[in-house]
Order: sequence, then structure tokens, then C-alpha cells
Amino acid sequence: MTFEADDTVETFSLLKATDDEMTRLSRDGMLALNLEEMRSIRQHFSALGRDPTDVEMETLAQTWSEHCKHKVFNGVIDYVSGRKTERIDNLFARTIRKATEDIRRTQGPNDRCVSVFVDNAGIIEFDEDFHLVFKVETHNHPSALDPYGGANTGIGGVIRDPLGTGLGGKPIFNTDVFCFAPPDFPYDDLPEGVLHPKRVFKGVVAGVRDYGNRMGIPTVNGAILFDERYLGNPLVYCGTAAIIPVDRCEKSAEPGDLVVTIGGRTGRDGIHGATFSSIELTDASESTATQAVQIGNPIEEKKILDVLMQARDRGLYRNITDCGAGGFSSAIGEMGEDTGAEVHLEKAPLKYGGLKPWEIFLSESQERMILAVPPEHIESLRDLCASEDVEASVIGEFTGDRRLRVTHKPDAGESRITVADLDMEFLHKGVPRIVRTARWEPPDHPEPPADRRPGPAQSLVRLLSSWNVASKEWVVRQYDHEVQGGSVLKPLQGARNDGPGDAAVVRPVLSSDRGVIIANGINPSYGDIDPYWMAASAIDEALRQITCVGGRIDRTALLDNFCWGNPDKPDRLAALVRAAKACYDIAVAYGTPFISGKDSFYNEFSDGERTIAIPPTLLISAICVMDDVGKAVSMDVKAPGNSIYVVGRTGDELGGSRYYRMLGFIGRNAPTVDVTAGSGTMNRLHAAMSQGLVAACHDCSEGGLAVAAAEMAFAGGYGMALDLDAVPRDPEVDRDDTVLFSESNSRFVVEVPGGREAEFEAQMEGSPFGRVGTVSGEECLRVRGLGGDEIVSTELSILKEAWQRPLRW
Amino acid sequence: MSKVSVLILRAAGINCDEETAHAFRLAGAERVDPVHINAFIQGSRRLSEYDVLVLSGGFSYGDDLSGGKVLANEMQCKLMEDVETFTGEGKLILGICNGFQVLVKMGLLPQTEPGGRRQEATVFYNDSGKFECRWVYLRRNPASPCVFTRDMPETIYIPVANGEGKVMLASEDVQARLGPGGHIALQYVNPPWVATGESAEEAAGATAAAAREAAGAAAGDVTGETAYPWSPNGSVDAIAGICDATGRIFGLMPHPERYTHPTHHPRWTREGCREPDGLHIFRNAVNYVRGA
Repeated sequence: MTFEADDTVETFSLLKATDDEMTRLSRDGMLALNLEEMRSIRQHFSALGRDPTDVEMETLAQTWSEHCKHKVFNGVIDYVSGRKTERIDNLFARTIRKATEDIRRTQGPNDRCVSVFVDNAGIIEFDEDFHLVFKVETHNHPSALDPYGGANTGIGGVIRDPLGTGLGGKPIFNTDVFCFAPPDFPYDDLPEGVLHPKRVFKGVVAGVRDYGNRMGIPTVNGAILFDERYLGNPLVYCGTAAIIPVDRCEKSAEPGDLVVTIGGRTGRDGIHGATFSSIELTDASESTATQAVQIGNPIEEKKILDVLMQARDRGLYRNITDCGAGGFSSAIGEMGEDTGAEVHLEKAPLKYGGLKPWEIFLSESQERMILAVPPEHIESLRDLCASEDVEASVIGEFTGDRRLRVTHKPDAGESRITVADLDMEFLHKGVPRIVRTARWEPPDHPEPPADRRPGPAQSLVRLLSSWNVASKEWVVRQYDHEVQGGSVLKPLQGARNDGPGDAAVVRPVLSSDRGVIIANGINPSYGDIDPYWMAASAIDEALRQITCVGGRIDRTALLDNFCWGNPDKPDRLAALVRAAKACYDIAVAYGTPFISGKDSFYNEFSDGERTIAIPPTLLISAICVMDDVGKAVSMDVKAPGNSIYVVGRTGDELGGSRYYRMLGFIGRNAPTVDVTAGSGTMNRLHAAMSQGLVAACHDCSEGGLAVAAAEMAFAGGYGMALDLDAVPRDPEVDRDDTVLFSESNSRFVVEVPGGREAEFEAQMEGSPFGRVGTVSGEECLRVRGLGGDEIVSTELSILKEAWQRPLRW
Repeated sequence: MSKVSVLILRAAGINCDEETAHAFRLAGAERVDPVHINAFIQGSRRLSEYDVLVLSGGFSYGDDLSGGKVLANEMQCKLMEDVETFTGEGKLILGICNGFQVLVKMGLLPQTEPGGRRQEATVFYNDSGKFECRWVYLRRNPASPCVFTRDMPETIYIPVANGEGKVMLASEDVQARLGPGGHIALQYVNPPWVATGESAEEAAGATAAAAREAAGAAAGDVTGETAYPWSPNGSVDAIAGICDATGRIFGLMPHPERYTHPTHHPRWTREGCREPDGLHIFRNAVNYVRGA
């Protein structure tokens, strides 16, 4: 069945427009272009002596959107800190990208990066036959308006990234990280136009579940964080890894290749998605912007995946990318950047009639991929697609004139008109750079007084029941984490399959024992004290988790995902600068390159009276190749009589901790990262694991040593008797609650098989460690405080129930 | 020895074809072909090329009408003659998860009345109201004619992952014929650490010492009730897998192909590596064909 378009093409009266008129044009048309950008466009068209068409304006707006162009990261920033001002010309190039460049140079022949920052996802080496592809995206704005649909198309969209990387990777797992306001937020306090966080939570989980499960991609890893500042802007991070044959990573479109769209049809869903995500949400967004949310159909995407893998292996196309933000305009515009392309809009299959040319060209309807197909292969590709009921249509061709020309045949007639004719150079490089100011003013948050702190046992139970720490089993079991048959370490571990694993391990090639480890680090709470240490801690956390399960940091690569507020506000931008600087420092010191990333700005909500900005939130995703999955280690304690060690130094670093948050404080000392000590500890621990000296390992993160030990104990079904005085710590640490709940980085709780303590200690020589106790036969967690008294003596069943109850929905 | 040819039937939304094919290869099948259903409808391929027809897991056509319904209709309307010939020759059919739903909705399972192709059962939404992925203990029925569950331990442990896994029967008559006919090939049973008839809450409260004691007792006592989540979806009689009267057509909700490597087991890091339970089902199929 075919449908006809509405042929209306309008012209923007730009040449004679005043500044005020241009500002209004941008706002009313949801173009998200600022005045300077509008002026650049006017200047460009003045030289041509004509006004732009709506197709041209919309294409420029999408291509130049923050969402697509990352203008904040690539722009110029005057960073003011105290009396110093530093001009940063391209923050991204000077931090994230530079880290990767420096690491690759240092590693020389040991460099395992294959493709970084240029394609839809990063690529690293896996084995002789395959490389590993990895990408994490955000879908925040859509998920705020329509949690199910937004998250559904969020995961659908990120799956298409590896599929559109190189000549197409086969997805092997998903990872999802969400940030919501607490599910018990009072209904009466909800701002107008905001959905209740519990509804958002359930909708997002269902959306991710239904897409990921239907695609047959296991969701093996994730995290869920809660903070009231995510009320207006929940964060939905979705990631997908894939494997790709080593000889299928290169791509290019040649003049004469056909532009082919395969998969879903084009409709009016997802109009203005890219520009919509580049502005703040308001109480009116739910009625003005819902058309920006796409409608997902996972089975369509699964069909595309099925035929693409066959077409790839038969060499039927030369280039591939997905239709994401900006739809055809960005997919074809980017693929044809070096050649030029001509598009025939009337050939694009539509879901229904009545779309205007600009809507067809800009629609972000889901499940569409663009291929560059040599003419001699088009029949084979059509036959292949037809054999599995996938629609494939030639909608144009790549030219050699470096122009993006869009044409249309009105009234289904014979005469062809040009509706857009843009210079590729101007389209991709014409956006003016903006100078922004960032101003850093260190905050000062008081420490909680000693008399406001409950006893250690009571604090531990409350921490285990806090939203951030509590078991996420209700969510995890709704995701199929076993499909594809590669599961090695599951998200839930232990004697009853319900303990919280650190990182997941997957064996993507079923005939091989080589594995992939996936972990994530995120802790926006520290950012309230210093975004630098927040970012540093996120990297450390991700690497700790990799280490916990048996991974090596020198085989690990990172992704960065920045979700921020309005970067036009100097304090938000300063937070970004500090976090990015930490990314450089810490990644270089650990030798873990960034291979891809994403940013999402304007995560602020305004109802006219108040503005809620999210806390600056950086997600670090880590991926590691493991030679032998048989060496993997889980977090549950294994046997009574084994020894428990704490590895890594505990400092007075309760600032931003879960413990302080529970008490209603933020505090002063965010955890710092000592990379020399950290990498030493992680490398020695890995060596100990390879020798079978580690029975269980868990990292200390939210809730510190106490929560880590409790989780290990109730996951394994055995108690522990611990002595805090044996915990390696800074001299000024003299309180029990500091040792128990400080969130100092680079620390692990390690179970060592009885009788092998000496070997373990010899292996760990050079790192701070202490033998703090043993696994006991009784089902009780006992802790002796620094003063020698027993300060915790709590049944495991009480601890576990406290941890499981909150999200047992 | 005859060579064994296995067809893994693909269709839109089927997503366990690769690991199921891998399981059959591990089990020794010489030829394992994942082929799209359109090839059989258009006649470019024939079911008769194969010894075993496998409908693997996934969400065929999105399960848009209900689990497996559209694919069941397609098979019935377009391929039924070939399927009849296939079963008439004594060949094997295996349905896993979505494939099980298809076989039930085609009326191929349980077929308590010989020659009947009436739908006698359905597979409905889980009692929990949501998709769930977890490992389950299954007890085989030694009295069942099922060729896929022969020669394997009394209890096996494999994962289940579905939103629609609750087996319901059309009538009391069907239920009455099911047991005597040996149609119930696999049932969910309590894990070793849960006493018969005990609920999940009670089990959670039990001490680990008691659990270790219980582990000494034989798992798989189904004389009592198997409660949620050990019986994960609320099936009648805790049914996990059903065969027809010949035992050559078999379907189950859990996924045996997801336990074919020692590290699949959720507790391999604490209990050690052992022979994977899921392989029995595939080996039985391959051995049956070889012997036939």
C-alpha cells in the first residue's frame, strides 16, 4: 500500500528578517537555533540571493542542534575559577579525545582501539575473528513525556548504533542505567506537567523490557539511582554492545551508489526530536512536543537485523548508518558528507498520507537504516529483503558534487522539483562557534554533628533499605538476561541467585571461552561537592567492578555519557569543565581510553515559577575483554572459615556518601582518587585472582565497607565476623561510622580461601590491605569497632529483608 | 549411523535460533540449518529434508495476538500438509518457549485424542502479570513416552524467561486424559533448599543451616505444591513441558539451550562446573534419530 505526501513547501522569509523576527522564527518553529546561528544562515542565503525553504531550514536546524553537533563540548569556554580565567578551545578535544590519543600513543603496539569517536559506536579488539562495538545513548526528554515510548525507542535507537557501525555489528547485550525521583515522592508536590516518578519508573522499565526482550538481546547490567532533582527530567541511559567481523569495520559511500532505506516506513512520529532534546522542558511540553516522541516496533528492527547480517556477509552494501535524530536528513547528510547526495522524497514509503516534504525528510520514525548500495547489488539486496518481509526502497543516489539535493514529484506527477539544495560544507561546518562562560565556585556543605548519627547497626539496615542501595531484582528479572546463551556472570548472584553482582560477564561467541565484561560507574552525589571527584570516582567505580569479576584494567575501554543542565548557566558549565578534566586525568593515569560517548544538555524543567535542574550526572561505562571466562569471580561469600580482607585505603571521605544523604547532609570531603595506588591494587588483585586466591570479591561503593560486606554475606548465606581495627585507613580516621560507611575509592572486600592467606598477602604486597575477619558458620554479621566493642550483630535475614523489601513490587 | 538433519525454523521475531542451533551441534547433529519460514511457504525448501523440526524461542510476530498465535496460524494455513507428512513419518518436533506456545496453539500439543488437531490447551499470561527470567528446577516424568526427556537425571535445572508461560487446559476431560497418557513430560519442582509445600516467603525466612540440610534431601518432590516463584507462571499441575501421545512432539516453556556450557549455571562460581543439564534434551533427539 502506498500513500501520497502533502506537497506543500514553504519558504522562510529570512533575507529581510530582523533579529527579533529571526528569534521568533526559531522559537515558534522549534528550531532551537540561536540568533547567531540564524544570522549565519541568513548570510549564507543572502549570498545565494534567495530565501531558504522549510526543508532547508529544518535540515540545518537538526544538523546544527546541540543533540547532533555537540556545540557545548566543541565550543569555546572561558572557565573562571577564583581569580584565574582559562580559555578552553574545544573541551572535548582537550579532555576526552586527548585522553584517548595520549593513551593510544603510550600503548603503541598494545593499543587495542580499532575505531574511536568517528562512527556510530566505538570499536575495540576482541579476538582474531571479531571486534567489539559499544555505545551508550540517552533518551531523556522523550522519556519524561512518555516513559514507555521514550525508553522503548531509547533502547531501540541505541541498538541501531552498533548495527550502523562499520558495516554492522551483531548486538550481544544491553545495559541500562536510569535516574528517577524517589518512587514515594508526594503526589501533592508534583509540578504541573510532570508525571509521578513511580509511573515514570514503571513505564521506563516496561519500555526497555519490551524492546530488549523482543530483540533477543540480553540486558545484563545496569543501575538505578534516585534523587528528587530528576523529577522533571528522568535520565534514561541505554547501551548496546555488538561483535563485528574484523574485516567489516571500514565503510564509505561512492558516487553512483544508491541511497536505500530499509525497514520501517516514515510517519509523523519523531518530528523535531533532535531540536526538542536541545531545549529545556516546561509544563507545556507534554502538549506541544509529544510528536517528538517516536513509536517503536522491535519486531521490525529484529527483521532488519536478520537481513542485515546476511547482506553484510554477502557484501551487498558499502556503507550503513541508522536513522536517528534528524531522520533521513542527518543519516543521508552525514553519509554523503564527502560525496554529495540527491534524494527523491516521493520514493520514501510512508506510514500514511499527508506528510509534507520537510516532515518526510526530518521524521525520526524508528527502525530505518540507510545503506549505500552499489547498483550491481541492488537486485540481490531487494530479493534478500523480500525473502524476509523487509521493505527496501531506493530513495536517491550519492553524487559527486558535495551538495545535499532533495527533490520531490508533486501530485504524483512526472515533474520533479527541488525542495532543498544545500552545500555539504556549509551544512556540516557552517555552524558558528559560541563562546560560553563557566564559573566555578566551590560549595561549602557542613558535616553532620556527631549527635545526629544513629548507631552503626541501625544505620546499616536503613542504608540497605534506601532506594539507591536496595535490591533491584524486581527490575532485573523482567529483562531476559539469558537469551543468546552467553551468560557467564549474571546480574544476580549467590546461593539463592539474588545477590547484587558487580559486573556482568558474557561469552558472545558460543564456541569460545573468551568473554566480555560490562560495568558502570555513576555517582552524581559527589558532584554536589566537586564534579571533578564525581567524574574521577565514576571511572574508579567502573574499573573496580571490572576488577571484581576478574577483568584487567589494561584490557578495558570506557564510554562517557554526560547528562547536564542548561550549559548557558555558568555554574552548570563549570561543573562540566571540571568533570571533563577529571576524565582526562584519571583515564590517562589508568590507561583506559574513551572509545565513544554522548552528551545530553538542557535537562532542566521549568513551570514558570521554579526550575528544577538535574544534578550533573556522568555515567562511565566500562567494557573489558577476558581471555578465559572460567576465571570469573562472583561477589557472594563461598565457605565458612575463609578469610575476609579489605584492600585499599579508607579515608575520611563521607562527603556525598549514602550515609550522609541518609542523615540529610552532604558534607565536605568527597572521595578522591589516588590513581597510583588504585591501579596497583587493581593489577595485584587481578594477579591474585588468576592464581585462584580469591573466592569472592565485591567493591565498596554506595554504603561503603558495611554495605559491601553485608551484601556478600547474605548473598552467600554465611555470616562474617569483622574487626574494624584491621581495616587499612588514614591516621585521622577514628570513628566507626567513617570506617563502615566512607566511600573512599579503589577499595575491595575480598574473600580468600582458608589456608591461602599467605600467598594472597604476598601477591598484594605494595597495596594497603588488612585481614579483617572470617566467614562464619552462623548467619549473622558481627563487627567489632575501633574501641574493641561489638558494634554490629545483626542476623543476615534482617539485613537481606531490609535490602529486598523496598522494591518488592 | 544415519546423519541427523535439524531445521531451526526462523520467522519474524524468533530470537533463540542461533543458540538452539549451537545446542544441536554440541549434541552431535551433522546438519543444523536455521531457515526462514518463507522459504517453505514459497516452496524453495522442504520440511522433508529434515529429521527434526525445531520452533525456537522469541516473540514471533511480536506475539501481537498472544504468544505464538500468529505463527501457529501461519503454520496451520500454509504448511499443515507438510507438517502432517513430517509427523506421519515418525520425525521429531521440538518447541521451546515461543515455539511451545506455537505447538499448543496449532493443536499439536498435547493431542490427548489420537489424530485430533483441536486446540486443547493454551499458554496464558503469568500469574505474576509480568515477564520474568529465572532458573527453575524441573522433574521429568519417567512414565512419559517423551523421547526428549529419556535417559536424563530425574531433576534438571535450566532457565525460564517469558511473560506468557501459564499452561491452561481446555476442559476437565483434557486434564483427565493428560496424566494417563504421559503427556506431562516436565513439571516445575521446588529447589533443594525449599521444603515441599513451602512458600517463597517461608523459604526466605528459613536459615541457611536448614537449607544445607534440605540440600541433602532429594530435590524434585512434586507430591506437594510447587509455589511461586519455583513454579514461575502458575501452570496447572506446575506443567513445564508437554508431549503428544507418541512422545515425538514435545514442547516446554524453559530454555534447555541456555544451559549447554558449564558457566551458564547461576552458581558455577560456588558449586563448581558440571555437565550442563540442557544438553540432555538435544542429545536425546539426536540419538533417537540415529537409532530410528
